[in-house]
Amino acid sequence: MFRNNYDNDSVTFSPQGRIFQVEYAAEAVKQGSVVVGIASKTHAVLVAIKRNAEELSSYQKKLFPIDEHVGIAIAGLTSDARVLSNFMKQQCLGHRLTYGRNMPVRTLVDMIGSKAQINTQHYGKRPYGVGLLVAGVDDHGPHLFEFQPSGMTEEMVAFAIGARSQMARTYLEKNLEAFADCGREELIRHGLKALKESLVQDRELTIDNTSVAIVGVEKQEDGTTKPQPFKVYDGQDVSAWIESVADNAEAAPAAAEGDGMDVDS
Amino acid sequence: MDHRPQAWGRPRDDVYGAYDHSYFQNTGPRQATQAPIVTGTSVIAIKYKDGVVMAADNLASYGSLARFPDVKRLRVFLDSSVIGFSGDVSDMQFLDRHLTELSIDEAYEDPSSDNKGHLNAANLHKYLQKFLYKRRNDFDPLWNQLLIAGFDGDAKPYLASVDLRGTSFTSPSLATGFGSALAQPIMRRYAATEEDAAKLTREQAVEVVKECMKVLYYRDARSLDRYSIAVVTKEGVELKEDEQLEKQSWAFAERIKGYGTQTV
Repeated sequence: MFRNNYDNDSVTFSPQGRIFQVEYAAEAVKQGSVVVGIASKTHAVLVAIKRNAEELSSYQKKLFPIDEHVGIAIAGLTSDARVLSNFMKQQCLGHRLTYGRNMPVRTLVDMIGSKAQINTQHYGKRPYGVGLLVAGVDDHGPHLFEFQPSGMTEEMVAFAIGARSQMARTYLEKNLEAFADCGREELIRHGLKALKESLVQDRELTIDNTSVAIVGVEKQEDGTTKPQPFKVYDGQDVSAWIESVADNAEAAPAAAEGDGMDVDS
Repeated sequence: MDHRPQAWGRPRDDVYGAYDHSYFQNTGPRQATQAPIVTGTSVIAIKYKDGVVMAADNLASYGSLARFPDVKRLRVFLDSSVIGFSGDVSDMQFLDRHLTELSIDEAYEDPSSDNKGHLNAANLHKYLQKFLYKRRNDFDPLWNQLLIAGFDGDAKPYLASVDLRGTSFTSPSLATGFGSALAQPIMRRYAATEEDAAKLTREQAVEVVKECMKVLYYRDARSLDRYSIAVVTKEGVELKEDEQLEKQSWAFAERIKGYGTQTV
């Protein structure tokens, strides 16, 4: 009866100037569980809430390494993310082969941006149903990019996408000024705190449902900087971080601060 | 008089006879470059403690004819690397245009305010190696040997060569063409190893290169006494494109026997 006649494909505008298929794709991103990304002068972190389809199943991964220096966090259709992830991996490898260097993060993000935009302008195609946060380092230091199914990409200081991500974004906006000078541990804690904001009432961060990933540049002894590869932490490896942002830990902040937690082993 | 547009600009048949259209036929097999035509001779380069010095003369020869005496064969890339071209000049010009495009793309993707991009000499060398190797696999090689000078990812002086087959190597000093026989041994006296090169000063390196250019002019019949010299440092590239060989001494020429019209 009230059928919308303008949402059958992504090439038709509605009389209001909207393209419904693209807007529906953006809705798919909001169905995915929340992911948060923050960049400082030295690091970029991604943190994510993983979901399991049922009590007996494992948790769906949310953070993926693309190349030594880049990784992504996904919110939305995992299968669409797989296509983009494979594409990004291939491009990074190709770039490494022809130039012998890490692909600049902006170049990589622009590529998936163009790729996704094509899907919004061709009859018979559909937009990707996934949003990404891309974190990586290059010669200009750490970067965080947002990617939307519309093909929009934008560099961010901090951002969150996925279900109830507005709560996380509010936290990030409140603490925006602090991020630039944060160290690696501090940045992760900010990420986890933002993540906690968007949790539903009786849920909390556990070692099963939390993922953390870090990429950054490290100062060498001779003053030069060296990239620190993108690494994902899951399970037991994130327990110390979760404890450090637990509600009752606020009084005695961060037992492990300063010396840097020994989580690499 | 034939007024049809097809005949415009053609030699008149009544004056010159029928036009030989066989020149227009392109039914034969496609031929790639079989030999270089207009060529540049040696490029030489040597590393020193905080950079690289490269030189090449300004001549483009047509066979043994010194056809174009003002061809610049050193090219600056992104104000941080230098590429020296020997071999076919038209292929050099093709590569030059291609590199201009590459540097524009690279600068465009660079968000920083200086807009310089950060494709360093090592990256550039890798790229050119793949590029030339691809062309040789298409059986349509770019008939050049290139020297690439600049800095690598660790900010150390970098010098490498790539040729028309995609063969590539690096060394503290490098020379293409005749220079590999005439200049390389001289440069090796000063920089046989990386350690030796790291001890050379800029003045010493420039002196060695100038000396080599002189030897090349004495003994390479396809060379010229006007040359370009570039010094790559961390600050950028200093390129001088119209240098003149100084203090030449042709006294040795009198003693050379066995060439030309002389009978004794």
